[in-house]
Amino acid sequence: MSRIESDRWTSLHAKAREIRRSILTMIHRARSGHPGGSLSAVEIVVALYYHLMRHDPKNPRWPQRDRFILSKGHCAPVLYAVLADCGYFPKEDLETFRRPGSHLQGHPAQHKTPGVEASTGTLGLGLSTGLGMALGAKLRGDSHDYYILCGDGEVQEGQVWEAAMFGHKYRLDNVIAFIDRNYLQTDGSTEQVMPLDPLRPKWEAFGWNTYEIDGHSFEQIIGTVRHAQLQRGRPAMIIARTTKGKGVSFMENEAGWHGTPPNSEQYERAMEELSRAV
Amino acid sequence: MQYKQTRQGYVDALIELARENPLVVVLDADVAKATRTCDFEKVFPERFFNCGVQEENMMSVAAGLALEGFIPFATTFGVFASCRAADQVRNSIAYPKLNVKIAATHCGISTGGDGASHQANEDIAIMRSFPNMTVLVPGDYEEARQATRAAAAYSGPVYLRLGRDTYPVVEQIHGPFEIGKAKQLAEGRDITIITTGIMVSEGLAAARLLGGEGISAELIHMPTLKPLDEEAIVDSARRTGAVVTAEEHSIIGGLGEAVAACLAERCPVPLRRVGVRDVFGESGMAQELLTLYGLRASHIAAAARELLKGRSNALGRTA
Repeated sequence: MSRIESDRWTSLHAKAREIRRSILTMIHRARSGHPGGSLSAVEIVVALYYHLMRHDPKNPRWPQRDRFILSKGHCAPVLYAVLADCGYFPKEDLETFRRPGSHLQGHPAQHKTPGVEASTGTLGLGLSTGLGMALGAKLRGDSHDYYILCGDGEVQEGQVWEAAMFGHKYRLDNVIAFIDRNYLQTDGSTEQVMPLDPLRPKWEAFGWNTYEIDGHSFEQIIGTVRHAQLQRGRPAMIIARTTKGKGVSFMENEAGWHGTPPNSEQYERAMEELSRAV
Repeated sequence: MQYKQTRQGYVDALIELARENPLVVVLDADVAKATRTCDFEKVFPERFFNCGVQEENMMSVAAGLALEGFIPFATTFGVFASCRAADQVRNSIAYPKLNVKIAATHCGISTGGDGASHQANEDIAIMRSFPNMTVLVPGDYEEARQATRAAAAYSGPVYLRLGRDTYPVVEQIHGPFEIGKAKQLAEGRDITIITTGIMVSEGLAAARLLGGEGISAELIHMPTLKPLDEEAIVDSARRTGAVVTAEEHSIIGGLGEAVAACLAERCPVPLRRVGVRDVFGESGMAQELLTLYGLRASHIAAAARELLKGRSNALGRTA
């Protein structure tokens, strides 16, 4: 690895740690929210906004921007933390998360928050919405990309497989989607609640270019997206294996942290863990 | 009397609109022949997208197209648009107030032979309840054409309710179409009849029946159910003191309840609702089902007589 690349990973890792702290602070302050899946998706969202996507926080509606759609809308804290850090809105706004009058709703609201591209929340909507946007871009002849992040529990929704067929039919190769494959959902293990494996062959069979990666490795996330961009002709699905609650020892791989805010003591412990050097 | 399809009025307008505006696109869910969007596909194949039997995906895809500046007309049967895809309509379209037009054919009991599973009698109730949603219920071919054009000109989500059968062409409603505006078709002193959708022709016939008995009926047609033209309702109710509503929809959540709520708050007067009672329909010919489920001029006239009888009794007691 070159010196420059090594520095790049170091800075992205530092950014990921900062975003994790921001997520926990937001949820702790709101006394509600979803830490587990927000933490598992951090590297994917950070890689997109700080490395892969062309976007301009000063001009959120720039027509040529790449778009990101958070289909697993309950993980809004990871998106809000990144948008605020990029400068789409003041960081102080994060203190109003889930409060009356705030533009930062419990689930992303496109019409309220600068930088939020689509309203999501009830699961299964975002992939279809992103594909519809990508179809619009094709009709206009635009060349930007659409990145869509789904939860693994989310792909139990029938609408997701409707969308899978639609993306294949219209060859929406301007779509690069991710599944945050942390193997946990609200009620427990995905493989016990409603088994998803073998997941990659399902997407293969639906006609998508598929990849399976370590969803906490910037090298793999960025390398795989770059590879997917060279394999046009079909939409891409990157199954990113992750750890729910990643970065906070007592939250990792615990389904109970899906939608539970940390109490003050837990919050202090988590922040302490996240302040240690990588 | 001439009979034409409201769904054809919709598609004829779509083709006009697509010629005028390159942003108009049509989404279908494997019912293009039934909704008549197949006519659009013939003229604009590159702006027609068949989503297959996927109403949920279609609604969210429509939201995505609207986010990119297009004016999508997502077209399917009323039961699928309002029930199967209710979550997508609510959260993908209505919540962010996106410029998606939802065109629903095969609404009401006159859907006929397909039976209860396909007769949308609850769609108005569902769509009216979503914030940001505009609900249009045109009465004939020409009004459906006008309503489609008005929906395209309006920026925001619109539910456009259409039927399957052929319905009487009603010249009286062919004036200018404005979203949110009722149309007064006859002036009267004794009672107000308010219709929506294809019930307008039955309302006109009921007014004639009552006129023959010396009862002067005012007739108001409401092709927009949301936003409701409350002024037209209150103004007429103040003058006549009694109201009958008539809709090809459940009496729960449709025109009848909308008018009842408006009058209860602003001008309480006796009211009767003509519509499908709280029951599922069944298979049959459209015309026989309209009779069987109490949606004829005779039923409207009977409700009016009943109301007026009640009023004269009440007056008799106070005298």
